[in-house]
Parts: sequence; structure tokens; C-alpha cells
Amino acid sequence: MSFHFIKPDTKIDFIGLRFYAFALSALMIVIGLVSLGMKGGPRYGIDFAGGVIIQAKFEAPTKLDDLKKSLEATNLPGLVVQQMGQDKDNDFLIRTSTTDETSDAVQKTVTAALNKDFAGTKYAFKRIEMVGPKVGEDLRGKALEAMYYAILLIAIYISGRFEHRWMAAGLMAAGLFAGMTALQYINAPQIWLVFGALAITLVLCFVLKLNYALGAIAALIHDVMVTVGIFSIMNKEFDLTIIAALLTLIGFSLNDTIIVYDRIREIRGQRTDETLNQIINRSVNQTLSRTTLTSGLAFLSVLSLYIFGGQVIHDFALAMLIGIVVGTFSSIYVAAPVIATLTPPEDHGTPQTGAIKTAKAKA
Amino acid sequence: MYRNLRWRLLLTLAVMTVALALVLPSVPGIHKTALGKILPDTAINLGLDLKGGIHLTLGVDVDKAIDNNMASMGQDIKASAREENLAVLKPTALPGPRLEAVLVGADKQDAFEKLLQKQFPNLKIDAKEAQPEDRVKYLLSMTPDYKKYLAKLTLDQAVKTIRNRIDQFGVAEPDIRRQEGNRIQVQLPGLQDPERAIAVIGKTAHLEFKIVDDSVDPASLAQGLVGPGRELSTIVVRGPKGQTVEQPIVLKKDAVMTGEYITDARATIEQNNNQFSVSLTFNARGAKVFERVTEENIKKRLAIVLDGKCYSAPVIQDKIAGGKAQITGNFSQEEARDLAIVLRAGALPAPVSVLEQRTVGPTLGQESIDAGIMATGFAAIAIVLFMAVYYGAAGLFADFVLLLNIVLTLAGLAAFGATLTLPGIAGIILTIAMAVDANVLIYERIREELRHGLKPADAVHKGYDRATLTILDSNTTNVLVAIILYQFGTGPIRGFAVTLVLGIVMSMFTAIFVSRIMFDLYLSRRPADAPVSI
Repeated sequence: MSFHFIKPDTKIDFIGLRFYAFALSALMIVIGLVSLGMKGGPRYGIDFAGGVIIQAKFEAPTKLDDLKKSLEATNLPGLVVQQMGQDKDNDFLIRTSTTDETSDAVQKTVTAALNKDFAGTKYAFKRIEMVGPKVGEDLRGKALEAMYYAILLIAIYISGRFEHRWMAAGLMAAGLFAGMTALQYINAPQIWLVFGALAITLVLCFVLKLNYALGAIAALIHDVMVTVGIFSIMNKEFDLTIIAALLTLIGFSLNDTIIVYDRIREIRGQRTDETLNQIINRSVNQTLSRTTLTSGLAFLSVLSLYIFGGQVIHDFALAMLIGIVVGTFSSIYVAAPVIATLTPPEDHGTPQTGAIKTAKAKA
Repeated sequence: MYRNLRWRLLLTLAVMTVALALVLPSVPGIHKTALGKILPDTAINLGLDLKGGIHLTLGVDVDKAIDNNMASMGQDIKASAREENLAVLKPTALPGPRLEAVLVGADKQDAFEKLLQKQFPNLKIDAKEAQPEDRVKYLLSMTPDYKKYLAKLTLDQAVKTIRNRIDQFGVAEPDIRRQEGNRIQVQLPGLQDPERAIAVIGKTAHLEFKIVDDSVDPASLAQGLVGPGRELSTIVVRGPKGQTVEQPIVLKKDAVMTGEYITDARATIEQNNNQFSVSLTFNARGAKVFERVTEENIKKRLAIVLDGKCYSAPVIQDKIAGGKAQITGNFSQEEARDLAIVLRAGALPAPVSVLEQRTVGPTLGQESIDAGIMATGFAAIAIVLFMAVYYGAAGLFADFVLLLNIVLTLAGLAAFGATLTLPGIAGIILTIAMAVDANVLIYERIREELRHGLKPADAVHKGYDRATLTILDSNTTNVLVAIILYQFGTGPIRGFAVTLVLGIVMSMFTAIFVSRIMFDLYLSRRPADAPVSI
């Protein structure tokens, strides 16, 4: 009497489809990178770039164009005026890239312009934010540092937990730490530190044959790159909350990945005559119902946040929505197939070799 | 099979009671009801983004304070040397900070160095150089320990002064704390006017009294030639029609008195022109100094200089005893009041600058709260309905523990005194999804086991056992990420990390422990092989 979205006997050949999936992922990443390249990198919000934001609400109908015209006359650098919410809200976001002037000065300039051009219309500043260049730089550094530690901890956790190779995990951590120290020593810019950390982690995982960790990290790099790419295409700004969203979706996507890995580990533990590809297929299929349900429900709740949660949290919710879809895709099509692709053919096992191995073990 | 059921039930009920007692005080208006009287006072703190208020990050110019200290040490060296019959010329503070001083008489080096060692142990001699006319030039610098000590002292003093000013300004529950990198974070809930707050907090308020030198002729004044020991400043004067004009004024460089003796400052209204001014009261020592200064400078003008800007320069008619003075300027009532606060609370040991400012108005805060409640409500309703339809009776169990999870998360916030921010609400919404995930994992597993032909009770048992490890595994990464977010995030993001961790931890309890009890209760009342609704 109960419902099923995914039929219990679903048998999709995920491993067989993996190259199509890889191609799709690669395409998404390339499109994102092209967008980033054309726009000269991600579009930073004031958290990272520094600047001033003033959110002003008018009590009478006000046109965006009028407001723009009025403020453009003030010659504030990097001025951007946007409408918030719907037309009837008369809510506007004024942003400048001013960093050498104080927020006071900007506020005064804006107030003067509004009082001159919108005399008689009442307005209030709902929000004023100013981030100085120094703080912006610090926050950028902190965000990158957070990303770096996330990669490190996750890599260690996955290799230790799933391959019972805490030694190898520790070795990788030490290697990563050494590599990072070396990069810092030569004063590499912070953005290269993160790329460096990623590269070192992937190489170390490969050399140490930590395939599960490699799969998980490949999946999360995939998630972040695709989400960042889509954000760039949509011309959205990156600020602290978006970094929080990226980290959260890393955790979320890993959650899915771990469920699949757990099942692979469980089935491999049982003595079966299946090849690795069959095991992975079976694991993904068996957990598919749970994966779609959980992701669907998470999508539903974040959708509620996106629709009702208000303007301040809007972009965070958007990043999470994209991330949940991408993360679910990557858990199924990236994390598990990477294991299949990386495991050398002789370890894949066929019904025959599996039997031989068992015999050898007995002997 | 159902052993300890009673104890498990009791524990759950106890946890629920405590949680409700922690959460209910945060419900608006509850304190007026009969229930409100027995509830504890543990309302959940709201972050500035929900409550409205001003967040400031201030940078303290510690180097400037150290430079100032070096300059005054130069004067001290000169004075101490004179007492020992040593002549030290031109002590000059250089960037670094270093100090240059010239000793007259090369044969007095030993005596001078002994004096330095004894009275100025925080200075060390970097270099000395013989100069013509039997002089020796010394280059001194501070020991690193002393520099560190000064930096700490400056920051402590700055925090203290800022706290003083804010207290007098009248802000409920301000939060002022030191941060690394010579920064101070200030949170002012409920305040709306950042301009005024910054004016009060950020003013150095270095008050000096200086004697005006009216002997400089206008021609050399125009060229900026003011002679040694003098400085050029500007003073705002009111013209005959009430307009204000800035005029140059020449002051003697050395202040005759500073604001350190002020015990009280008040805004007062001037009787003749309805302008506001600030009246000062000095302590006994200050009164004596002020009396001497005014006595020595009768018929001269005394300039009142605040942060390098001259406010007024009245002519001293007679010596002023009693320790009172007045700063007149073209102040509005608010300006005079704020200036009085600042002077009362004392000067900042170093200039501060605003590095970051975030102000959220009360309307936006309330909008965010409403939107957050709305979004949480819709997410919860959608998931509750879905689970009930998809899993039947088991879905209802999941729904119950889901609501319990939200209550427990909020209770955790109240118990730990954590702050709920808007991203924190987003965190609660995400935990709803993650808490349900735990139940979905268990239920899918039970369905699998049922398909393998297990009896309902065995399937439930096995499903819970198998899924528990998986839930622990998968939640660990979420907790790892949340901890990293907490470590590196700022206020609102920290709120997000906190609710995420609380929600995940609570979901382990609710999904694994509590929902199991409900299942056991459900199964214990029906025949062993009756089909379960899942």
C-alpha cells in the first residue's frame, strides 16, 4: 500500500552510462570556466571586494531609472543600483566600490542626492554595509582557508573510514601539509594555495591508491566547480554566505556519496561472485530510492527557503538548490564510477578470478 | 525485544520537558501568561541581522600609540638627564619607532648610558655616532617585549574607553570584544544611526589647551611661515550674519594642558544665543594646573583644540580658579551631548578607523524573522505531508520526531546561549531535511529487509541496526564542514554552523533513539506477523 518512486528492482547500468555522465560534467565545467574567464573571475560581493551597500526603501512609487539617474550624478565609483523584490516594494539596493571613503561619506552623498531629487518622498535605509579593503582581503583569505581545511579533513576522513588506511590518510595529510608550507614559503598567492592543495590531494590519493577518497574529492570538486560556473553564468555575486552554501553542499553531496560507498563496502564484504562494476551498479541502484528521496526532500525545504526566506538569504538558497541537484548527480555518476575507472583491471574481479582468489586465500 | 522500553520512554519524556522549558520563554508574549511565571529566563538570543543594530569592526592604530609613547619618552629622557646635569638636545622620534637624541659632552657617555639603563630599561641603544662640537648622537629603539606590552595596553585601553562611551550613550547589551590584528568588534543591538554611533565611538577625543601666538604678522602667515615651536591651525569663527568662516590661527606647539584631568563634561545651553556648548570640570590637580596656566597667560588667547581642530580661543581675562572651563563651538544639542560623553569617557589611546560596518534596520530584521518563520513553516509542512503519505504510520513517527528535532535544536540554542541568525534559520531548514534523511535511510532499509522476507519486528530491528552506522558515517562529514564554517565564519555564518551541528546531533537522538521507541510501541501492540505500515 505504500508508495514507491523508485521500483525496488530498478537496475540501471550506471557504470555503463558513466562516460556520457563524464562528458556532461566536463561540458558543464568547461562552460562555467569559459564564463569565469570571459568575466575575469568570479564577481565578488562587498564581503570580498570591499565597498558599500545601502538598501533604501521608498514609501511612494519610485522608478529604478530615476534613482539611477539621480545617483549617477554623484559620481560614486562603481555604482550599481538594483531593484529588490517586486516593483510595488520600492526597495532598492545601492552599491558602490568606494573603499577609500568611509561609509559615512557615501551615506551622506546618497542622502544628499535623494533629498534633492526625491524631495517629498519618504525613504529609509533598511541596511547599510561597508567592508573596507583590509577586511575584504581577510575575508577572502578566510574563505579560501576554510575550503582548504574542508578538503583536508574530508580526504583524511574518507580514506581512514572507508579503506581502513589511517596510515595512508595520515601520510596524505602530512604530504598535503608539507606541500602547502612549501607553497606558502615561496609566497604563492592564496588562490593558488587552494588549487595547489587540490592538486596535491588528488595526486597523493592517486599515488597512495586511496580510490574512495579520490572519488569523493573528485565529486566535490565537480560540485563546487559546476555551482560556481552556474553562478557566474547567472551573474550572481559571491559573498560569505555563498561560501557557506558551497561548504554545506560539499557536506551534503558527501553525505550521498558516503551512503553509496557504505553500500559498496557492505556488498564487497559479502562473498559475491560479482565484478566490481556489478557491485557498484547494485549499490547505486539499491540506494537510489533513498538518494532521490533525501535529495528531493532537501530540495523541497531549500525551495521553501528560496521562495519565502526573503531577499537577504535568496542567493544562499539558490546556491544550495543548484548544489543539491549537482551533488546528487555527482554522488551517482562521479564518486562511484571513479572507483571503477581507477581500480586496475586485475582487481575488478570476474566470477572466475574471484573463485581463484578465494582458493588462493584458502591455500 | 522491547526491553527497557519504559525507561527509554521516560528518558524521552524528560528530554522533551526540559526542551520545552528552554524553548517556551522565547515565544513572544508568553511571560504575561500563567505559564510564563514558572518558566526559566532563557530566551534565544537573536543576531543583529534579525534584531536590527550596528556591527562595527574598528582598527586601532597601535603604531601611532607606540610612536606617541616614544615621543613622550624622548621628553622624559631630556628631563631626567637635566636632573643629572646632562644636556640632551633635540630628542626626536623617528618612524620605526626609533628615537634620536644628542648628548652634549662626549665624556658624559657613561653617565648617560647608566641613566638610560636605570630609568629607561625598555630602550636599547642601536647606534651612536660622534658629532662635531664634542657631541654624541644616539639612536635608540624599543625592546620588542615592551612594544608588545604597549600594543596590548593600547588595545585594552581602547576597549575600555569604547565600552565607557557606549555605556554612557545608552545601548542595551552591547558586545565589545578584541579581535586579532589590533581590531575591536563592536555590536550595538537596536541602534539605527551608524553615523552618530561612529562619531561617538571613533572620536579620539584628544583635548589640548594651547596658547595662541598673535604676534605672527599676516604676511608670513600667508606663506605658512610660523616660526619654531609654533603650528598653523584653523579655527571656525562666526561672522556677523551667523555664517561660519574658517580662519588660520597660530598656536604654540606644546600644549599647556590636556584633557586627562577632566572629571565631568556636560552639554549646556548658552543663554544669549541658544547655542550649545560643553562645560568641563577638572579634578583638583587639573584645577591647579588650569589656574597656573591662566595666571601666566593673562590677556593672551587660550585655544581649545580637540583632535587637532581648534574650536574656540577666548582671551584669558583673569586667572581662572575652581577648575571649570567651557568649549564653545557651533554645536547642536546632539553634538554637544555626544562630545560631552566622549570627553567624560576619556580619550582613546590611539586613533581608530572603521574597517567594517553593517547596519540592519528594524524593519529588515523583522522582515527576515517573518520570512524565516514562513520558510521554515512551509518546509516543515511539505515534508510532514510527504512523509505521512509516502510511509504511512512510519511516516507519522518520522513527522513527530522531526518536530521534536526542531524543538530540541531551538532548546540547544537557548541552553548554550548561542545566537540565532538568518543563516541560522536556513540551517534549521536544512536540518529538517537531514533529520528526515536519517528516517528515510532507516525506513528504506526496513523496506529492503521486508522484501527479503523478514518478519516485521525483525526487519525493523535489522533496519535500525544497519542504518545507524550509515547515519553516523554520513553525518560526520556534515559536522566536519559545520565545524570548519564555525572556525572561519563571521557572526551570521557562525549562527548557521551552530544550528547545523545542533540539528544534526539532535537528529541522531530523535531519528535513531526516539523513533525506535515509537516503532517498538507500535509493534508491541500487534501480532508478530501483522504487516507494518511503512
